[in-house]
Amino acid sequence: MNVSDPILELENISLSFGAVHALADVSFSIYPGEVLAIIGPNGAGKTTMLNVINGVYHPSEGKINYKGQVRTRMRPHQTAVQGIARTFQNVALFKGMNTVDNIMTGRNLKMHTNILLQALYWGPAQREEAVHREAVEKVIDFLEIEGVRKTVVGRLPFGLQKRVELGRALAAEPEILLLDEPMAGMNLEEKEDMCRFVLDVNEEFGTTIVLIEHDMSVVMDISDRVVVLDYGRKISEGTPDEVRGDQRVIDAYLGVAH
Amino acid sequence: MSDNQADTVPRCLFDNAEKIGGAPAFGEKHLGIWQIYSWHDTAAEVRALACGLAALGLERGDMVAIIGDNRPHLYWVFFASQSLGAVPVPMYQNGVAAEFEYVLNHAAVRFAVVEDQEQTDKLLEIKDQCPSLERIIYHNPRGMRSYEQSFVHSYTDIQAKGREYDVQHPDYFEHELAVGKADDVVGIFYTSGTTGTPKGVQLTSKNLLSSARDFNGQEGLNQRDRQVNYAPMAWIGDHLFMCSSLSAGSCTNCPESPETLLVDVKEIGPTMFFAAPAIWEGLLTTITIRMEDASRLKRWLFQYFLAVARRVGVDLLDGRSVGLANRLRYWLGELVIYGPLKNNLGLTHTRLAVTGGAPLGEDTFTFYRSIGINLKQLYAQTECSAYATLHRNGDARQDTVGPPCANCEIKIAEGGEILVKSPGNFAGYFKNPEATRETMTDDGWLRTGDAGIMTDDGHLKVVDRAQDVGALNDGTLFAPQYIENKLKFFPNIREAVAHGNERDHVTVFINIDLEAVGNFAERIGLGYSGYTDLSQREEVYDLIRQNIEEVNQDLSRDSSLSSSQIQRFLILHKELDADDGELTRTRKIRRSTIADRYGELIEALYSDKQDIAVEASVTLEDGRRNTFNANLRIQDVATVAVGES
Repeated sequence: MNVSDPILELENISLSFGAVHALADVSFSIYPGEVLAIIGPNGAGKTTMLNVINGVYHPSEGKINYKGQVRTRMRPHQTAVQGIARTFQNVALFKGMNTVDNIMTGRNLKMHTNILLQALYWGPAQREEAVHREAVEKVIDFLEIEGVRKTVVGRLPFGLQKRVELGRALAAEPEILLLDEPMAGMNLEEKEDMCRFVLDVNEEFGTTIVLIEHDMSVVMDISDRVVVLDYGRKISEGTPDEVRGDQRVIDAYLGVAH
Repeated sequence: MSDNQADTVPRCLFDNAEKIGGAPAFGEKHLGIWQIYSWHDTAAEVRALACGLAALGLERGDMVAIIGDNRPHLYWVFFASQSLGAVPVPMYQNGVAAEFEYVLNHAAVRFAVVEDQEQTDKLLEIKDQCPSLERIIYHNPRGMRSYEQSFVHSYTDIQAKGREYDVQHPDYFEHELAVGKADDVVGIFYTSGTTGTPKGVQLTSKNLLSSARDFNGQEGLNQRDRQVNYAPMAWIGDHLFMCSSLSAGSCTNCPESPETLLVDVKEIGPTMFFAAPAIWEGLLTTITIRMEDASRLKRWLFQYFLAVARRVGVDLLDGRSVGLANRLRYWLGELVIYGPLKNNLGLTHTRLAVTGGAPLGEDTFTFYRSIGINLKQLYAQTECSAYATLHRNGDARQDTVGPPCANCEIKIAEGGEILVKSPGNFAGYFKNPEATRETMTDDGWLRTGDAGIMTDDGHLKVVDRAQDVGALNDGTLFAPQYIENKLKFFPNIREAVAHGNERDHVTVFINIDLEAVGNFAERIGLGYSGYTDLSQREEVYDLIRQNIEEVNQDLSRDSSLSSSQIQRFLILHKELDADDGELTRTRKIRRSTIADRYGELIEALYSDKQDIAVEASVTLEDGRRNTFNANLRIQDVATVAVGES
């Protein structure tokens, strides 16, 4: 997998909030089609890293190359246009809207008719809606959530909400999918389902996946490579087996006598 | 009724394609929109599939396993195999790999056609133990990209190969279709049975088509009818309705997924709808819960018109005379309550609603009939092609399963066992002549193993499984299923197991219904962490005890059953489950397994203990086992002395 060029390169990224060094001199690359896990103890800078990748934060130092181009300062929606979608640690759906409508919001960037036509649901807007609805239905079929198509998401159990959120990200047809703790708060069965969906997305659509996860068995099972952060620094990188055997990783997780 | 008189199941299909080719045959929801396949489309798909299977080496007499949810593409596997003289062997899709292994080996299945990755994985897991299994064909390509085994094929690829094969061998298919005879076996249905190993029931075209045509004849089904088939394809009942649709030319619709059944029914608006008692009861529970949340005016209207319906609804449905004032009230009720309600359920156009497989509660049965839904009970077994008795229009009662069907004779043997003789009677168990001899008498009667009586007006009444009927120590009759069914009519009770054979009195295990009891807990503000915790709450025991006391009241009214009143009970910490072998796939209780596994609990019920500790194990869907500990309460129940009520 590593034979091809990276889709995204992070070079010497540093980011500080006041005196707190959230990220310090972190470099790694993301290769097309891989499942990359970012792990680390609490406060290691994992979510910050994700936020840097999708443009919420701008690194104070360092360089980001996306598809061979150096990324300048940009807004999150621009990264979305470029094909990076994400889900959130705490589900961030429109709780009062149903599943179809929530996933439809993931298609927003691909819609071209203006808000007036859409409000009138007339002509091109109607045709466009049909096209996007079909895309949404494909996602619903893929994630097996037909049964809750018209259910208001606020009433769904947490595990299903996470799945709907994944659906919204998929609806944007991303090249890179960022998942912030996709299995958090789930029971064993829901976790296994989610693992299968993540792998299926990777396999069926060739989507590159970057995920943060705490459950080590999940990480070891589904990732091709792992990057380990601790106190904002990268302390290890490699295949799950390499990382597992790395003394620095063991120390970071278990603590070490100073 | 259509004039389709073809004598084999597959020829029936091709007859339809010729005569009513444009009429809808199958419906399935794809990406949120119903897609319809006409008889003509269906015939072309089946032909392509059959030729593809032939190109892969399928031969006359080979066995083809079919595993998956109800899908048009899987129904077509039946017809494709039958066209070539191969025998479909449907299996329960929620079965675990080990259950498949037995059937695959017993029937020496060569080809398996499955729905998706999940079923493919189960088969791959046991493939080494199933030497006869040569090919696995999957329909849904999702997740199958990385399967590189040369014996795993995609359904569409096989059909594409079939179309080529058909061009190269233009006479092949017609020839094979013409060779088939009415007495050829066209399906082996394995019945799990509450005891012992599964037995393969062989059914011929003649068996299935005669049952289906008698059913269509009685109910007047034709090509304008539509049904929703959701029951497992491995269950003979579903296949009866499939064959009924085939010979009537009606349309079979498949739910999008098991979870969407009710939405799908609403969208299709079936004219014929079969549903197991659990579905009817679940629907009624949902209606009741929703009405409790409705505004006061709506609640009052609902109660008022339901009372009207209870008084005269059934009489109106059965065509008996009803006074003008009540007719007017009912008409008004139809306008404001029954009509909108039926519309909401998708049952406005339902001419025929059928239930079977287990008894339905009196209240539930009467409710549907009173609002004008023609709900009737059907009784049969796999061995008689799923058709022995069915209520006639205008003569349906909750406590019977109706009179014998046309061409079907029923008599009660000396020990009380129900015997059936019909053209649907099967062609013997596969590779098990001994069991066949035990089940079929020399003069062609099928022993059902059920105990029953014929009422004076010619209805059959099923009491219990004959082998389960026992006696209490005082010599009075003990019919466990009869007691269990009375308990299960309460929405709070999902499953019940009665003990009492060769004991002094009757005791029961209860499984609570998580939805109904969970709702109760929510209403009274009772917090709980899960099924086990909820099941052992004092409040829940009180609730269940009230239900049991009502059953005791009921039992005390019948002198022969009065001593069967329940004296002690406990609520089980886990749901009885087919994965654990405690139930069959059709949710019948396996008493011997339960007696083995819960022997200690049964003994505790017959001691004076107030609680008992258990270590329980559950089998997860993938076959792994989990164990946990729980402490179960045991409680006494008030009984009614004879003559008191």
